[in-house]
Amino acid sequence: MTRHELSRMKKIVRALLGCCLIALSAPSAQAGLVPKRSVLDNGMVLLTSEQRTLPMVSVELLLDAGARHDAAGQEGLAHLTARLLTYGTRRHSALQISETLDFIGASLSAGSGYDTASVSMTMLKKDLATGLELLAEVLTSSTFPQEEIDRQKQSVLAAIKAREESPGDIAQRRFAAALYPQSPYGRPVEGTEASVKGLQQKGLREFFERNYRPNRAILSVVGDISHEEITLAFNQAFRSWQKGEPSGGPLIPSSHGAAQTIRVNKALTQANIILGHQGVGRENPDYYAVQVMNYILGGGGFSSRAMDSIRNERGLAYSVYSYFSAERGRGEFQLVMQTKNETAQEAIRIAKEEIRRIREQPVSERELDDAKDYLTGSFPLRLDTNRKVANFLAQVEFFQLGLEYPDRYPDLIRKVTRADIERVAKRYLQPEKLITVIVGNQQKSGEK
Amino acid sequence: MLRRFFFTVLLGVFPAILADFSHATDVREFVLDNGLKVLLLEDHKSPAVTFQVWYRVGSRNEKDGKSGLAHFLEHMMFKGTPTTKPEEYSRIIAKNGGRSNAFTTSDVTVYFATMSRDKIGIEIELEADRMANALLGESYFEPEKKVIQEERRLRTDDNPGSALSEAAGAVAYMVHPYRRPVIGWMDDIQNLTRQDLVDFYKLYYAPNNAYVVVTGDFSTDEILPKIKAAFEKIPRGAEPPKVRVEEPPQRGERRVILKKEAELPFILMYYHAPNLKSSDSDALDLLSVVLAGGRSSRLYHELVYQKRLARGIDADYSGASIDPTGFSVTAQLMPGKEPAEVEREIDGLLEKIKSELVSERELQKARNQIESSFIFAQDSIFGQAMKIGYYEAAAGWRMMDAYLDGIRRVSREDIRRVAKQYLDRDRRTVGVLLPTKENNP
Repeated sequence: MTRHELSRMKKIVRALLGCCLIALSAPSAQAGLVPKRSVLDNGMVLLTSEQRTLPMVSVELLLDAGARHDAAGQEGLAHLTARLLTYGTRRHSALQISETLDFIGASLSAGSGYDTASVSMTMLKKDLATGLELLAEVLTSSTFPQEEIDRQKQSVLAAIKAREESPGDIAQRRFAAALYPQSPYGRPVEGTEASVKGLQQKGLREFFERNYRPNRAILSVVGDISHEEITLAFNQAFRSWQKGEPSGGPLIPSSHGAAQTIRVNKALTQANIILGHQGVGRENPDYYAVQVMNYILGGGGFSSRAMDSIRNERGLAYSVYSYFSAERGRGEFQLVMQTKNETAQEAIRIAKEEIRRIREQPVSERELDDAKDYLTGSFPLRLDTNRKVANFLAQVEFFQLGLEYPDRYPDLIRKVTRADIERVAKRYLQPEKLITVIVGNQQKSGEK
Repeated sequence: MLRRFFFTVLLGVFPAILADFSHATDVREFVLDNGLKVLLLEDHKSPAVTFQVWYRVGSRNEKDGKSGLAHFLEHMMFKGTPTTKPEEYSRIIAKNGGRSNAFTTSDVTVYFATMSRDKIGIEIELEADRMANALLGESYFEPEKKVIQEERRLRTDDNPGSALSEAAGAVAYMVHPYRRPVIGWMDDIQNLTRQDLVDFYKLYYAPNNAYVVVTGDFSTDEILPKIKAAFEKIPRGAEPPKVRVEEPPQRGERRVILKKEAELPFILMYYHAPNLKSSDSDALDLLSVVLAGGRSSRLYHELVYQKRLARGIDADYSGASIDPTGFSVTAQLMPGKEPAEVEREIDGLLEKIKSELVSERELQKARNQIESSFIFAQDSIFGQAMKIGYYEAAAGWRMMDAYLDGIRRVSREDIRRVAKQYLDRDRRTVGVLLPTKENNP
């Protein structure tokens, strides 16, 4: 229960901050992070930050091998491929791999999102050679044994069932399907029961061969090791990893779903609500103004307007927040909350009123200052673990922000004006396009 | 727990703590004249400081009919003082680049912020202020009650796993307050009054019933005077009443069935076990790792990997609680599997570990896992502060020192012995979640 709860918490935190991962978290020179970048012979981008205080190393690998490559009917292929990475290579069985990892107390996990697959590893410095060898092995010589495919398919099918227990997840899936009607972004990363059942060994191997290539990879390493040492170790461990087809550009959704209300009837005490629509891509120059505006609207935790009016004043919800998540070439806006079924309509009305208000009336100087002070002030503090630094560096590379990004960030935020806020609120908050999802007891949560 | 969504140790009955620690020897302890203990651990790897105030009060200190009081008070502590307006605390911390929150467990209530070295003084002042001067304003009481009820719906009522955990906790203990959920029963929350909060605050929020934990990028010489200046003016309070409740020994297995809208059955086994004051605590830690630490562990390998009976399985032991705690095994089933079958399989593996010694390699593997997570945990200053705080609450922070040595001393025989002693079916509670499909309204 405990870990279950924790993972849900992590999801909430990610939902809260994920969007602003880049915006809110960044190292800076004074934080003692001196990131280095190089491109290895095989095309892999390597980023490092030497952190000598603890005898440990954290690795984050991003690959252009996400679910956006899944053909219709093949949903779940990228996800299953990533899951199977640690379940058998030419030299080692699944069991041998887990025994090795557990014996050195290291963690190695792989998963997939829409745009990228990721592999994360943490190990003690003394086990670096063992760890890297294993990492290289799973990335270059995974075999996808039929028996393991069958096992993992069962696990994924169980996960697909289990996700129906989480009203928030149900709402997110329905929202994505509505926002991206003709796109892989509208289909679940882990696939559907039918699509997962249909996945075959041949398809998995082909997907792996095509997409798990060094010139489609960003590798970030943080810990008790120098850039030079890690370069040497990687060239050694990964010498057999050959270049493949280069990455394509971003996949930009061709259309977005129209305003609609989606109701999912479930025997719940609360209505789980999402209001949202298309947002901005990470490359949009208005990204920073949008983040500041959203902080005021619903991103600013206990300082946001939505929190004030929905939670503090009226006691309608425990959790209410909004975010603009920004990816390459696409983005979304969401306001998310849960309230007892009976007050669903009231909460929605107030949330919409806050969206209207920030579009129509200028924010106060104080609100703007508070938002900017938080975003810039918390900036160097948010990267307080090696794992967070490793993830951050990989993201900076993925979005091509440049290693000097942490130095530029404060200015990008500080130059946002009240006029900018008004402009981006009008432009990127679009009440007439809101998709509303309500998962809950529909008899109680419907219009009165 | 949970005023604030960041995290939460709601699981009063089954507290969760990772098996890892900070270098206790580097912690420095000071005690102010008013009884406030201050625990400082400098760590300069990132430019942040975590400041936490731990009150030695949680749901454990509540009376029947008043469940949820400690947690309700935690929420109301954000409603201002004569010098800080309601909800202003969070705004001030955020404006200064910090992140703040609070949580409640069965044993403690904790307030914290993480800020830069040059700003942490702001948090110190604000925490001292609300230790002595919280208004708990009448007009904020009813709206906040609704917020907490929403929190309960979100975390427990609409969450099958939490609901099972709550029901099992209420049966595993008959007398001890660990039987009550930290967030409180819905009707109790409804019936709490502002006066309850005021009385509770007066009784428990005093410097001599609290301690401060600070970790991160500060210098002791610089921060200690700041802490003294802010807190020393608060007078010592009366000695709060002690909770002296001993759970009578359990004689015979207890069972809880929860039927609820869900997709997959869930099994929970809760065995009474001692806390970290017991010399068996280290062996219980290792036992949990041998059983469920990683994919090659016994339970995971058999039930998840080989037999595909469970989607996931866990064995949890945390000794960091004031009173004796529990050793739990939890599993979410694969679709179509029967709880009885899964229970039999788990029991079979538990019986085996009670009768046969684990291998030398298994023991070494479990030690390695604990030692590496010990190191990994030091990557987070927040995590280190939490560890110090939990130890202090349960048995004194100095106990952390002995941990790794204790782990290294545990033998194969010890593991078999504690398994035999504590994984006793007559002293366990088994909870089973049976999914139902309610007729949707």
